[in-house]
Amino acid sequence: MTTATLSACPACSAAPSAEDIAARAMPKPARLTLSLPTIHCAACISAVEKALAAVPGVNDARVNLTLKRAQVDAGPAVTASDLIAALADVGYEAHELDPGSAAVTATDRAGRDLLMRLAVAGFASMNVMLLSVSVWSGAVDATRDLFHWISAFITFPAIAFSARPFFRSAYTALSAHRLNMDVPITLAILLALVTSLWETALSGEHAYFDAALTLTFFLLAGRYLDHRTRAIARSAAEELTALEVPRAWKLVNGAETATPVADLSIGDLIRIRPGARMPVDGVVTEGTSETDRSFLTGESLPVPVAPGQPVSAGEVNLTGPLTLRATAVGQDTALHRMADLVAIAESGRSRYTPLADRAAKLYAPGVHILSALAFLGWLAWSHDLRTALNIAAAVLIITCPCALGLAVPAVTTAASGRLFRKGMLVKHETALERLAQVDTVVFDKTGTLTSGAPVPTNLDAHDPATLSQVLAVAEGSSHPLSRALTTALRARGVAPAPVTDLREQPGYGTTAILEGKSLRLGRASWVGAEETATTTAWLSAEGEAPRPLTFTDALRPGAAEAVAGLKAMGLRVILISGDTPAAVAPLARQLGIDDWTASALPGDKAGRIADLQARGAQVLMVGDGLNDTAALRAATVSISPASALDAARVASDIVLLGTDLSPLPGALRTARKATRRIRENFRIATAYNVIAVPLAIAGLATPLIAALAMSTSSIVVSLNALRLK
Amino acid sequence: MDVLTWLIPISLFLGGIGLLGFLYTLRSDQYEDPTGDSQRILSADWDDRPRP
Repeated sequence: MTTATLSACPACSAAPSAEDIAARAMPKPARLTLSLPTIHCAACISAVEKALAAVPGVNDARVNLTLKRAQVDAGPAVTASDLIAALADVGYEAHELDPGSAAVTATDRAGRDLLMRLAVAGFASMNVMLLSVSVWSGAVDATRDLFHWISAFITFPAIAFSARPFFRSAYTALSAHRLNMDVPITLAILLALVTSLWETALSGEHAYFDAALTLTFFLLAGRYLDHRTRAIARSAAEELTALEVPRAWKLVNGAETATPVADLSIGDLIRIRPGARMPVDGVVTEGTSETDRSFLTGESLPVPVAPGQPVSAGEVNLTGPLTLRATAVGQDTALHRMADLVAIAESGRSRYTPLADRAAKLYAPGVHILSALAFLGWLAWSHDLRTALNIAAAVLIITCPCALGLAVPAVTTAASGRLFRKGMLVKHETALERLAQVDTVVFDKTGTLTSGAPVPTNLDAHDPATLSQVLAVAEGSSHPLSRALTTALRARGVAPAPVTDLREQPGYGTTAILEGKSLRLGRASWVGAEETATTTAWLSAEGEAPRPLTFTDALRPGAAEAVAGLKAMGLRVILISGDTPAAVAPLARQLGIDDWTASALPGDKAGRIADLQARGAQVLMVGDGLNDTAALRAATVSISPASALDAARVASDIVLLGTDLSPLPGALRTARKATRRIRENFRIATAYNVIAVPLAIAGLATPLIAALAMSTSSIVVSLNALRLK
Repeated sequence: MDVLTWLIPISLFLGGIGLLGFLYTLRSDQYEDPTGDSQRILSADWDDRPRP
């Protein structure tokens, strides 16, 4: 009974529920997965692996540079925080990934499946092409028939295996009475096989086995590229979601127990340590503190809380430990209800029709009608079913959207790769096309244009003695304002005054005694000063008037460059914030944004965007909080920083991995270039059809011409996509 | 033309070996970390094979 020793109390160890809880709290000998956003080279790999292997209890550690992750196989005593500390010592940032999320451990099955089909199609088409070349270069009679039969024997099983994704997708589309790109593909492949088999049986001259296989091969290559781009983006996005390991401290008989958030229920007492995020909605039963609601409302000022006051999931506890009684958990929390509301709203991305679909809508019926007309025309003219069917097959094969299938994925792969290297993750497949249309950019303030960390602004207004008193008192607290003061004053080389009795009063401030007089650093109401509009902490020495220390929210790095760059591109830049006008106005002035709105409710933000869209604007929304989520969904395209709340990251199309905002204008330029390349590719594919289709209808297309035309157009389209770099 | 009865099976067989080889590399996780593998070749650490 090793678990009994871990149980909350010896007496209740017999109760199975207590044992369960204890067992869950005990770390299991498992594989830990760490996210390593900063690794990039061979030296990083060996440094990280050596550092991890040096931690006692670690059996094995392996870095995956492509995914920027490390898999660690360790004994039960090793926790992720040990490993993260060990990596921090050698200078690498690391985050624990939630082992419960399947994406962290599972390999990419769909990608492997496509690659396998691609390999089979490649193998078969090489062999069949070899035989076809012999036929084209003059094999006749029995030799030609033999080659055709061998080709048929290779082609049928190969197609049955490789082309299954197209068959399945075409079947799904047809059963829903729709047409997609896979319908003409499937029809072309099947018709090519049937006519070729018929020709072979009748010792005919032309067989299209090689065309059917190369077609499958090229299309699978396009499919695989497309999948890989999205799989990389998806795994990294899931990684971000997995960053918040869902664990809370539940009070069981007065003792704190680590419990997965999913297992909390209404009425549970939960201890929230300073710096932690509320996992549930609840009422404070014990402790006073301040909470940061900026994620929920955009307010940059902390809000004081005391026993009896309600708090909602997602708020961050700042100063003192709090005990909550849960009133709503999991899906019922205010946080989730807000996220659900967002999910119902119609999103910008669902209103957009991708370029590829638009092309397919024109293309698929056109090709079918053309092929059917060719068939009927030749049947009426020659009264020969065999010739007519051969011509119809040739038309379908020649027009088959090889180049069209590659046109979009080749470009998006190149563009997404480029943006990934700049620190942007493209999550949605049409995000680039939508980004290219943008003419208006809407920014959120707190956490997006600003880093959400306060910076003191009026230190110069105070004399050195005051500053050293401030530093001495501020060091007694981990409140964000105190920490900001400590950092700024230490950087100035201020020495702390020799204070005693340093105590923090959670929710109010910090007190200390200096030379027999009491010093207070804290809220206006607590030190007896007037409330002001700007973020202010007050220092009051006994018998003296309180002195204000004002703060501003620091700009995120690159914010000024991003706004200037976007304006230089001729875009309209708007700032909509949930914060007070007093906090928004100076920032808007500093960044040169004339069009700003303060005190906006979440609904106002989405409403303003809908209003802009109704007037014909294509809006890019950049935001991070839950109050931005509806706006992120409603906008044509949306970007959120990696520090954003889960719900915001899920709602957005592109995630900014670094803290720097300056890649934004570059991303817009890349997106515009990419869309231009996609359109060019469509034009190339169309031009090729304009030349090839009359040949096929006239009955002049041979399998050799089909093979040449198909390969040339596919290669031209791929090369055009590569020009993006 | 008798030589064809030998050459065609031989070419198919050789191609088949190539295909099987690729499937083996795919199944043994050799495409899991292409970026990392291209960097690891530069480090002097002994590195056996990709672990699953």
